[in-house]
Amino acid sequence: MNFVVVVNEGPYQHQASYTAYRFTRSALEKGHKIMRVFFYHDGVNNGTSLTVPPQDEPQIVKQWCQLAQDRDLDLVVCVAAAQRRGIMDHREAERHELSAPNLAPGFRIAGLGQLIDASIDAERLLVFGD
Amino acid sequence: MGDGKKILFINRRGPYGTIYAQEALEVALVGAVFDQKISLAFIDDGVFLLRPGQSTVGLQMKQFTAAYRALGDFEIHRVYVERESLQVRGMKEENLMEIVTGPDGGTRNLVKVVSSVELMDVIHSQDVLLND
Repeated sequence: MNFVVVVNEGPYQHQASYTAYRFTRSALEKGHKIMRVFFYHDGVNNGTSLTVPPQDEPQIVKQWCQLAQDRDLDLVVCVAAAQRRGIMDHREAERHELSAPNLAPGFRIAGLGQLIDASIDAERLLVFGD
Repeated sequence: MGDGKKILFINRRGPYGTIYAQEALEVALVGAVFDQKISLAFIDDGVFLLRPGQSTVGLQMKQFTAAYRALGDFEIHRVYVERESLQVRGMKEENLMEIVTGPDGGTRNLVKVVSSVELMDVIHSQDVLLND
């Protein structure tokens, strides 16, 4: 099965992100394809490299990054939602003359068309949110 | 009308208290330009989004709900509103915003009030569901 996963909540306020992560990891382990993970609403906060959670708590952003690296996963953060919430890659940070980029490795910033495209091409779309 | 997938955007939340509905509209407006069979559904507090004449003066929030009318400029299939959600909120069907389409051959209102059972059939007939 070819899935697209949508994450609508941030990594620590809500369980949705970690559930989405565990689903994605399990689906890949079972041989399914995840064509894209799309982060929207506060879900874009999963893409910040600046989280430092306590060591005895899940390292959610790092886990997404690691999964992206291990599995060549396409992690897409919505540009409009990201700009509202201060998630910037190098290009966006420069364009808006901000002090620094903070997009975590393994993520990329793109438009909402990437969500619609994926929903058309995938066999199943799963939304993880509130 | 696109021959592509049937995509339903489900709006469950009211305006302004959270940004979900505003950002969900942005998805719908992007989705509308893709050549697919796009519909929207408004349920629960989402029905408040289609109340006309909303003003956010003093709220410091963007008044975005008027932009739902812009969906009529695209080839949107249908805008469904759940009747039971209207009823429990004391809203009348005739007071909903109209989303008008069709420049030639007469205009028509895309907004259609349906029961929860009818909406269930609509949902079952879709290829893709995207909720806020």
